[in-house]
Amino acid sequence: MSQRPSSGRIIKAPENFLSPAMIAEVQRGRRDFLRGAFASAITGATATVASRAVAQSTSLGDPNILELPEHTKGLGQPVAATPYGMPSKYEANLQRRESPGLTRVSAASVSFCPLQGLFGIITPSGLHFERHHQGWWDIDPTKHRFMINGLVKKAKVYTMDDLMRLPSVSRMHFIECGANTGMEWGNVAVPTVQYTHGMLSCCEFTGVPLSVLLEDCGFDKLKGKYILAEGADGSSMTRSISIERALDDCFVAYAMNGEMLRPENGYPLRLVAPGIQGVSWVKWLRRLEVGDKPYATKDETLHYIDLMPDGTHRQYTSIQECKSVITTPSGGQTLMDRGYYNVSGLAWSGRGRVKRVDVSFDGGRNWKTAKLESPVLSKCLTRFSIGFNWDGSPAILQSRAIDETGYVQPQMRQLRQVRGTRSIYHNNAIQSWKLDTNGEVSNVHVG
Amino acid sequence: MAKCLTYMWVRRAVIRLLKSLLVAAALLVGISAIAQQQYPDIGRAATPAEVKAWDIDVRPDFKGLPPGSGSVAVGQQIWEAKCESCHGTFGESNEVFTPIAGGTTKADMETGRVASLRRPDFPQRSTLMKLSQLSSLWDYINRAMPWNAPKSLTTDEVYAVTAYILNLGDIIPSDFVLSDKNIAEVQARLPNRNGLVKFMPMWDVRGKGDVSNTACMTNCATEVTLSSTMPDHARNAHGNIAEQNRLVGPVRGADTTKPPPLAMAVAREVPIAAPAPAKAVTGAELARKSTCVACHVANRKLVGPSYADIAKKYAGDSSAVAKLMDKVRKGGAGVWGVIPMPPHPEMTDADIKMLVEWSLQGGK
Repeated sequence: MSQRPSSGRIIKAPENFLSPAMIAEVQRGRRDFLRGAFASAITGATATVASRAVAQSTSLGDPNILELPEHTKGLGQPVAATPYGMPSKYEANLQRRESPGLTRVSAASVSFCPLQGLFGIITPSGLHFERHHQGWWDIDPTKHRFMINGLVKKAKVYTMDDLMRLPSVSRMHFIECGANTGMEWGNVAVPTVQYTHGMLSCCEFTGVPLSVLLEDCGFDKLKGKYILAEGADGSSMTRSISIERALDDCFVAYAMNGEMLRPENGYPLRLVAPGIQGVSWVKWLRRLEVGDKPYATKDETLHYIDLMPDGTHRQYTSIQECKSVITTPSGGQTLMDRGYYNVSGLAWSGRGRVKRVDVSFDGGRNWKTAKLESPVLSKCLTRFSIGFNWDGSPAILQSRAIDETGYVQPQMRQLRQVRGTRSIYHNNAIQSWKLDTNGEVSNVHVG
Repeated sequence: MAKCLTYMWVRRAVIRLLKSLLVAAALLVGISAIAQQQYPDIGRAATPAEVKAWDIDVRPDFKGLPPGSGSVAVGQQIWEAKCESCHGTFGESNEVFTPIAGGTTKADMETGRVASLRRPDFPQRSTLMKLSQLSSLWDYINRAMPWNAPKSLTTDEVYAVTAYILNLGDIIPSDFVLSDKNIAEVQARLPNRNGLVKFMPMWDVRGKGDVSNTACMTNCATEVTLSSTMPDHARNAHGNIAEQNRLVGPVRGADTTKPPPLAMAVAREVPIAAPAPAKAVTGAELARKSTCVACHVANRKLVGPSYADIAKKYAGDSSAVAKLMDKVRKGGAGVWGVIPMPPHPEMTDADIKMLVEWSLQGGK
């Protein structure tokens, strides 16, 4: 790691001292001959110096091939050396990170998902973004209880044993914080896609549909219009959800990406509310209440309300509208050369499937339709990609998603015309990345 | 012949009818099976005491609000003891959380709309500027405050703290006692009580958004001017972006500790992530890296002895380090059985010493 990792390109040796005959010998595999040739070519050179010379030679090839590495010549590590597997140490740069200055207390803060380095649509569990309102806990699942009360025939208590016995579903859904991209309403504020869009993740969740649980308690189908979901942590986060959403596709999840939820994501139980902003996916879920009116909780009255130019706040703005962003290349990244790039990104809609994604390389004047990679699922991230031959001239990259309702992701300008610049929440504007002649990509707003 | 045909037609019709009745019956059975599909042996009835312990939410119509009362004066005492350190004496602090009080006027209390919310230049939005439902404030203090000891306040203390906050905004006078009896009247004084709009298009999944774009493909009427860019001084404000990107792939993170390069960097000169800060290598890591763990583990014999056994055997032997270093370097056999330990000429003396010392402590 102390050495700068090479690009894999072959760097010219300082001098061309090998004859075509010698090269031919090497190609025939006569390496001993080669070493001899070097020893005589470089007066007083040691074997080490000679092999370094080989390493640099255009004619001979890449030292990573020619000099067999330690891992090819030694004994590797045993099974279960790390009983719970970890990413390679070379991947340590891809981490959840806080945005400096955004919050003042890290127990009521956000860590952003490193979208700039992810592939496909599934977020690795350890990189799922975090948003805690009063710190996180690792709750003993044998002591966790889940209650349903309110407008039900029979208020019930379930243990985790009970919940995990019930019929379950496994579904892939995105979760996006309502405040994702919130720092960008007024002007460019943060440099990379991790900070502009990283309050976004997508996992396969497993759990019990609310329809099963509400039916099991005999909820009041006439009067029951809302449910309140409540967490077991100190903040005991509460959010209202319409009964229609609850019965449609919401579920209580205990698993994520094939294992139990991570503590930071609500172990042992959280609400999954597809298409609805992340704050409603109540973590460490302890209770659902069926009611006839919405609850106007703190996070529905004082936060997660969208300030409009006329000074009113919009309440119950829950649905995450259609949005997309190019992740490769994206802000803070550098293209290393001219030529071909597979431009790729993510698109999603809280109202259903993504129907199409268009990409522009000229700041929105002209668009080309990108390829959607399968699967394309409802209320789930969709990966798109499009080829790009960069000739070295400046460009402005944008993506524009269209969902199955026909809704077209808006421009920043169009959002501001209606909602002003102080709304904080629900910024689903088209993102612009400027590609400079020096290869650097940066976050810009296009007027 | 005609009679015969009629008979067949009737017969077929009867069969069709019977079939469809059967299907309908089957559907009915199916539906009733679903309706009755309950899991009587899963979960149990909640006791009234359990529901009471957890069902603490208070709605805008004050359903769920427990009876009680608290004065501004008592609220101030609690505030100074438990709230002030984060929120400031007058709820004005912006240090830890956003301000609670400030930005509201008597005129706002008349209209129920906070005028400063219309001003783009107004620096902060305080809690009282936004507060439209008093139940939200009471409920939140009751369930989540104080920050580090949520749910530790008594019901009367929650009334008192709520009263103190309302007094900070001049919504109630200093001698006021807030209670379940008068809370609805106080609700009617809130400066921003008319400031919330329930926005259905983004509540209903089938709703239509309020902002629309078109899917224009060519020569779109878009003015491509840069309205905002990252200021130069903020280049490294989020840390070195090179260290937040992968070491391989089509792109690298820009080295934001340096100004942007004037021209495109050729591949080998592209700044790449600095190595992770070197951690002190431990004996355990060394053992793993040197594949000692293939034959030795902490507490049981594998191919070779466990670290615990090694520690036990050489306890108190002052020459053990030198002896074992030699064994690791040159290999050996016979002490622990017939299977020899291979020599490790590739290891440095310093690494061998660390490994041996670590082994002699039982691999801890």
